[in-house]
Amino acid sequence: MIALYTLMEGVIAFFLIAGSIFALIGSLGLARMKDFYMRLHGPSKISTLGVGCVLLASIAYFSLLNGGPSLQELLITIFLFITAPVSAHLLSKSALHQKLPRDPRTRGNPEELQEDDDETTLEEAPQGSSKLP
Amino acid sequence: MIRPRKWLPMPLLSVLLLIVWLLLMNGVALGHWLLGGFLAIVIPLITKPFWEAQPRIKKPWLMVRYFFRVLLDIVVANLEASKVILDPLGRARPAFVEYPLELQENFAITMLASTITLTPGTVSAHLRMDGTTLLIHVLDVDDIGDMKRHIHERYERPLKEIFEC
Repeated sequence: MIALYTLMEGVIAFFLIAGSIFALIGSLGLARMKDFYMRLHGPSKISTLGVGCVLLASIAYFSLLNGGPSLQELLITIFLFITAPVSAHLLSKSALHQKLPRDPRTRGNPEELQEDDDETTLEEAPQGSSKLP
Repeated sequence: MIRPRKWLPMPLLSVLLLIVWLLLMNGVALGHWLLGGFLAIVIPLITKPFWEAQPRIKKPWLMVRYFFRVLLDIVVANLEASKVILDPLGRARPAFVEYPLELQENFAITMLASTITLTPGTVSAHLRMDGTTLLIHVLDVDDIGDMKRHIHERYERPLKEIFEC
């Protein structure tokens, strides 16, 4: 019995640490990436796994504590899986609508981002001030 | 599959509501079943006018396989995205990709777009008004054609099988 508790302690600690590391990397991505569209990748994906790992740890801990399966946390996971992609999609949709500048290395030129006269990238934007009134 | 009836217009939604209720209550006592069952029948009846016609899921078992495949891919996606983020030189190769859709049902397209956002290095950015092109932003890609084929083989075809054939 003691052996089981020690083992479960290890498993729970592992999930907690893995979850926090993923959450940290996701936030790092938010800070390090060059343009809006790349920044979106961090929080939309990595936070899902980060929170998922923490919730797994929570399920394991409370199942052990209460002596029965505790599955409430599954609900949080389901809602997260439904809402994270939707919010990411809406954010990038509004970014496209505002024609936010993108990293100059980005390949592909969707019509949503094409300017009427010329296209703006991160590097060109500051010099293009001659067009301003 | 349970057939829709007059007093049970959306069986899947009812089952889902019952499960959510039981999970919220965190117990399977008789009272929870009764109240949950009552809500699962009454809520769809009240909200029925607001719902669009939902596509029928033809093959539920493929859905289960799809779910686990996506779950696995989410883990892989996270490891890959972490690698790109932590790369000290910042050698990401981002791209916008226009993906031609074969799916037609709204719900199936939503599933595909969500899957794309949750899996390796891709965020679905925009669905054109005509509903035939999905604009995808990729964090780090080598061969764009290869990536499109991958999405088609791994996600779009199974979804097509689940909903439309």
